[in-house]
Formats: sequence, C-alpha cells, structure tokens
Amino acid sequence: MKGPLVRRVSTIAVAGISTAALAFTLTACGESSTESSSGGKGVGLAFDVGGRDDHSFNESAARGVDKAQKELGVQSKLMTAKNGETEADREQRLTSLAESGYNPVIGVGFNYSKSIEKVAKDFPKTTFGIVDSVAPGNNIDSITFGEHEGSYLAGVAAALKSKSHKVGFIGGVNNALIQKFQAGFEQGAKDTDSSVQVTSQYLYPNNDKGFNDPAAAKDKAKGMLDSGIDVIYTAAGLSGNGSIEAIAGQKGAWAIGVDSDQYQQPGLEKYKSSILTSVVKNVDVAVFDLIKSVKDGKPLTGPHAYLLKDGGVSLATSGGQIDDIKDKIDAAKKKIVDGQVKVRTAP
Amino acid sequence: MKKFDKNKLILGLAAPALAIVTALVITSIIIGATGKDPFHAYQVMVEFGSKADSQVWIINKATPYYLSALAVAIGFRMNLFNIGVDGQYRIAAFFAAVVGGALTMPGIIQIPVIIVVAMAIGAVWAGIAGLLKVTRGVNEVISTIMLNAIGASVIGYFLQDGRLAQKEGNLIHTPYLPDSAHFFEIPTQPKPIYGFVVIAALAGAAYWFVLNRTRFGFDLRTVGRSESAAHASGVSVKRMVITSMLLSGAIAGLVGMPTLLGVSYNYGTDFPAGIGFTGIAIALLGRNNPIGMALAALLWGFLERTGTQLEFEGYAQEIVGVIQGVIVLCVVIAYEIVRRYGLKAQQRKVGEELAAQARKSDKAEVSA
Repeated sequence: MKGPLVRRVSTIAVAGISTAALAFTLTACGESSTESSSGGKGVGLAFDVGGRDDHSFNESAARGVDKAQKELGVQSKLMTAKNGETEADREQRLTSLAESGYNPVIGVGFNYSKSIEKVAKDFPKTTFGIVDSVAPGNNIDSITFGEHEGSYLAGVAAALKSKSHKVGFIGGVNNALIQKFQAGFEQGAKDTDSSVQVTSQYLYPNNDKGFNDPAAAKDKAKGMLDSGIDVIYTAAGLSGNGSIEAIAGQKGAWAIGVDSDQYQQPGLEKYKSSILTSVVKNVDVAVFDLIKSVKDGKPLTGPHAYLLKDGGVSLATSGGQIDDIKDKIDAAKKKIVDGQVKVRTAP
Repeated sequence: MKKFDKNKLILGLAAPALAIVTALVITSIIIGATGKDPFHAYQVMVEFGSKADSQVWIINKATPYYLSALAVAIGFRMNLFNIGVDGQYRIAAFFAAVVGGALTMPGIIQIPVIIVVAMAIGAVWAGIAGLLKVTRGVNEVISTIMLNAIGASVIGYFLQDGRLAQKEGNLIHTPYLPDSAHFFEIPTQPKPIYGFVVIAALAGAAYWFVLNRTRFGFDLRTVGRSESAAHASGVSVKRMVITSMLLSGAIAGLVGMPTLLGVSYNYGTDFPAGIGFTGIAIALLGRNNPIGMALAALLWGFLERTGTQLEFEGYAQEIVGVIQGVIVLCVVIAYEIVRRYGLKAQQRKVGEELAAQARKSDKAEVSA
C-alpha cells in the first residue's frame, strides 16, 4: 500500500519544486541583458541564411563592411542566421548587436524587415539598415535595388548567347523579390529575340531554404540542361553554387550568376569558364554608404532605391565572355536608363 | 519495499546526470578542438541565459517545443513514431490562420474557434496516417514523413497571392487575425510571456492524467508494451492506433498556436518550421514524462538563447547544434546503460534472494 502513496508524494514534490524554481527565476534575477550596454563599437551586420561566404548576396554586403573597415577604420561584428529561424531568433540577434553598442545595425535580407522594425523602436538612438525591403521607422535606412533592370540585361545576354534558343531561370524562393529577377530576365530575353523560349522555375514555393540548398539547384539545373536549355540564370543566393556546378559539367552551356561577380569568386574558381556574366547587386556600395553616413553623423534613413542608373545593379564583364555582345547590352542599358524601356517588376 | 524505491530513485537520477556530464565533457572537447576556451563559453551561457529577458525568451521559445514533444510522446507511448508532427502543426496553423483571418467575432469565441480548427486539422492530417496503418498496414513513419511533404505542398499552393494569402513586401501571408483573436500575455519585464504557456501546462497535465489515470491511457500503454497481450486482454489495437494518432495530431495542432495567436497573427512564408522535429528530440530527452519534457524544452530554449550570444563572443554558431545533438545521444545511451544495469542488479538481487531462500530451506531440512 505504501508504494503508490510514496510515488504520488514524490510527484507532487517534483511539481512543487519545479514551480518554485520557475517562480524564483522569474522574480529573483531582475537584471535584463539590455541594461548592460556600452558606446559605439562600429557596424553590426546580421546575415541572412548562407552566411558571409555564400559567394553571392551576403558576401557583397560583407565587402561593404570590409571597405568601411579599411577606409574609415570602423570595427565590425558579423552574425549569421540559421535555417528555420523564427522572429524571436532574428530579434535577438539584432538586439544583441544594438545593445552592445554597434551602430549602424544592418539586417541583410528581407527576412529581417519585421524584426528590424520592432528592434529599431527599442533603440531609437541607433541607426538600422535593412537590405532588400522597406521597413517604416525614423531610424531605418531601407535599401532596395533595381534587380529587375539588371536581370533584363542578363536576359539580353542570354538570348544572344543561346544556341538552342532556350534559356532558363531558377529562383530560390517564389516571392516578390525573386519574381523581380524573373520578370526582368524574361522581358530582356523576349525583347532581344522573340523566338527565344524562357523556362522559369523555383526551388521552393515559399520556404527560405531555397537560398541555402545547392543540391536542389543542381538538380533543377540538370533537368533544364537535359531539356535543351543552354543558358541558365540562377537567383537563389548560396543555392546558385549548385546550379553553376551542374552547368559547368555540360560543354557549351552558360551560367549567369547573381548578386556578386561570381566569375571572380575563389570558391567558384573551378567553374568560372562556364560563368557568362553575373547580375551584380552592389549591396557593398549601399552598406558602405550607410556606414559612412553614420560615421559622419548624418545617418541615412528612409527608403533608398539603388537602380541601374545609380550603379546599384550592373552586369559583370570579367572573363570577357560577353565582350562580343557588349554593344547590344550597352544599348539595352541606355534604353532603360533613358526610360525608353520600362522593366516589369512582376512576371 | 522502501529500499527498493530508493534504488529506483538513484537509478532514475543516474541516467540524466550521466548524460549531462558526458555531454559536457564531449562538448568541452569539441569547443577545445576549435581552439576556444570551453569554460568561458559555459560562463557566458549561464550569465546571459539567466538574465530576465533571456528567461522570458526561453519560456516563450519552449512553449511550442513542449507542445510538440507532447504530441510526439503520445505516439511514443504506444510505439507509434509520429514523425509527422511538423507537417501536422503547419497545416493546422495555416488553415486555422485562414479561418481566423476570415472571421471577426468576440475573442471569447474567436480564439477557441481558431484553436479547435487547428486541433481538428492536425488530427485529420495525423488520422490519415493512422487510417493507412490499420487498413493497409502502411508504416506510420513512412506515411507521416510523406504527409509532411504533401502538407508543405498544400500550404505552398494556397499560400499565394490571390488564393488564400496576400502580399506584404517580400512576405506572403494569410490575412491578419483581428485584434480580438490576440491571446493574452503575462506582463513580465521587459517583454511579456505569451499566455499560451498556460495552455501548454494544461496540456501537459492532461497528458499525465489521461495516460496514467484512465483506462484509455492504460490500454494505450499496454498496446505500446505488447500488441498481442493487449489484443488478448480485449483491447482493439486498431481503434487504439486511430485514436492515438488523432490525439497526437490534435496536440500537434496546438504547436503553431503560440506563434499564430501571440506573435505573427498570420501564417506567412516566415512561419517557423521544424518544431515537429525538435519535439522528437525533446520527447526523447524528457523520456515522455510531462515534467521531464518541460525541463527538456526549457533546456532547448536555453541553448538556443545562449547560442546567439556564443556566436557574439566569437564561438562558432554551430556549437549549439552540436551540444543539442550530443545531449540527445548521451541521454539515449545513458538511459539504456542505466536500464541494463538496473535490470542486471535486479536479476542479481532476485538470484541472491532465491539462493538465500534455498539455503534456508536446506538448513531447515537438515535440522529437521
């Protein structure tokens, strides 16, 4: 008879102790981690998934920081997101940067837009930057780019270089941002050669893993190559490495890179002879501008669009693979800059 | 009788203690191998993790983990591996968000409606796997994994502008829930605790009560121990499989609710994924025990909270993932070792007692 009673008593005791422990932790330690902050420490940068060395989007942002470090002597702290993060994780990352005294604090990637908006309210004296999105707030610099315009030029190059008259687009995630790339690319290709067939596919309909899954991009690219497509433009962050790898395996096929000049990247050295060009998004320029403005005491805030005419986007020429069609690309560029051609932002 | 209980208690404590010590040793070696000081890392973790806002963060983070672990544990207790909690909670949260966003009713009706929809959808999604198992003999591990993929595709199809979702910048999400559907918060400083922690605690209590204090729970555990024995004693195994999958799915439906009703107020492309798998790790760590799983969920939250701080201090970001993996492995191994040791000790004890009895009766015979 004693057994069950003892067990019940011990269960109650455990429950009691754990409740008490919880209550203690809630009340006893009153100090908050936000209370211990110090002065200006330089720039704090929070990357999207993929990290600094994604050979693409994040790396471009990191170059801006490197430049600031060299030219302005600004210190920096770089942190990276994990796959499957929640708002709470992102807020915590930005908060840690802001409370340690980093200024400006920059969220690289649209995923940070909501968390930046929240955290910026908690730190009114810190300047925040958000890349690829517009977030409301007096102390937020919203940096966006004319990806559709750069992608239009990529479409022109693809249509001119394709022998099979079939070109492909691979997007990481089917969202408004990546659709800008798709829309520009399709329009550019069609405007150049109305007989060209453009196939656009996405790795994931709505999962950010699409920017961090090279294996999926590799499969997608292989499928496109098998169907006779010979120029593939991939806008998928780190995943793009997978498709470039697949394209390099097929003679005569061209890859178009994204965000950074992927021809120049040491990590892609092996495949560079297959990289036709890259749609460069000069995140580094925007990041540097913001850091400099904060250092000069005149922080940039509000929405800033870096378009083709501002040099915010461009088509990389390294490797000389598109030198033969340079005139046509320059002509297309001029049309966009002059406003003769309006590039769509959605397909 | 009392002495036996004490041994059991020591054995019970030995397993987690062994696991934690082993995990600490292995983690220290790994951190050391990366050329960093492991003890400084622990100091950073303890200091940062015990701050007030960290505590709030950890509790908020642990709430969905705990619910997810409960859902997994219901299956585990009867030897069913519901790997599909991830898909179940996501599809449940998605449709609950759609229904919630379309209705405008007083909170007292609206919130229960959303929760009931989520539980029902979760139950249906898990029930498909249960039905397949009892009618066609499909292994639930396979079917639930497949249902995860199907669920993700279903959400992907509907979560598009013009279908069941709307665009907001680069994010696509279901319409916002009306203010009346916001769940209450427990006002703590500096940030509040989500009120859903209360529901999670109630779910934990219900789990304990149903499994340990009802006939249904007894039947469920019996099926888990031995299907044939359960069948022989008149339990309908098929019915139990369906019922427990439905229950597991219903609890899984709750997993997305703290986020939906307390943080995002919509289901969007940024809705957290993967909590279903975290739940498996936590159920293993907590040994399907309602209090054990609560502690495990808090530990997980603690590790994730302090992980970012470790990165801040220059440690590799992946360290926390390694720690989590090592802890789960150590716990599984430690429990097995302790279980075997306990079994052996018991056998030895029974053997000794039998021998003593035999000697006694021998003596009695001699003297007689």
